[in-house]
Amino acid sequence: MTASIDHKLRRVLADVLGLKPGQSDAFTKDTGLFGHLPELDSMAVAGLLTELEDRFDIVIDEDEVDGELLETYGALLAFVKAKREAA
Amino acid sequence: MTPHTYPCPLSAGGSVDEYALGFDRGRKERLLVIPALFDEANRMRRFTVEVMRRLDGAGIDCFLPDLPGCNESPQDLALLEPEDWATAMHAAARHFGASKVLAIRGGGLILPPAISGWHYAPVKGANLLKTMLRARVLAAREAGVTESIDGLAAEGLELGLDLAGYPLSGEMLRQLQGLAPAPRAGITVIAHELVGGSPLWLRAEPDEDPIQADALAAVIAMGALA
Repeated sequence: MTASIDHKLRRVLADVLGLKPGQSDAFTKDTGLFGHLPELDSMAVAGLLTELEDRFDIVIDEDEVDGELLETYGALLAFVKAKREAA
Repeated sequence: MTPHTYPCPLSAGGSVDEYALGFDRGRKERLLVIPALFDEANRMRRFTVEVMRRLDGAGIDCFLPDLPGCNESPQDLALLEPEDWATAMHAAARHFGASKVLAIRGGGLILPPAISGWHYAPVKGANLLKTMLRARVLAAREAGVTESIDGLAAEGLELGLDLAGYPLSGEMLRQLQGLAPAPRAGITVIAHELVGGSPLWLRAEPDEDPIQADALAAVIAMGALA
């Protein structure tokens, strides 16, 4: 399950960022996300969160969304994993 | 591809001309294309027109009407509700003599009655709304203002709300929240998986994908000309 969460999360990010297949495979835990990607405005982040809810069957509260959550790939992965475990 | 107009009925009576993009060579197959809604409409616009270009090449006339209150429409979006959009799409279908319909994403929530066709990548109105509410809360937070989704939603039902740059009435919000794509005889759902690639409505920036346009146009052309 953990491996598939990782795989699915890479896929969602590839979809939102319009990456080529395989390009998100190179993400590591420290790969920077939103602070490093100026094209991700609030609408794109909102779309990402709704898509995460849909694909992982979780509910994300706005209070849980802060700069840290979206700082690195590793932080976002840990968040989604924790959400799935609690679900 | 040429600009056309269609007479859009007004709730107070009478009608006003709204624009539609069209490929009209007087052919037998005539497709009404209902666009995606709100911010998704912008991100899907080029894809939508690219699909129409391919269908034109395949011998199918296509028409993409403006929704009242959007694009070049003379109507005030803040006074409209989804039912007005459905009425407009019905009028456009009749005006252009549409034989089939293709609805994109939220466009499937405002289908005209009694016409067969396709709905690509359906979405619930509630999901569109939640994403826009969320974007507004996130943007406000960046500006140092605290808003909540529930608070905004409640306020919006009373007073209307600006979301993703669209002034939406309380009635628009209320109806959207309850609209969901329902299975309908004659309307074939085309899941995004059939088209393949990464969904264009999710992209942070508007983008295009000729392979996806080829795929969707092929599904429609095979069905329409069968």
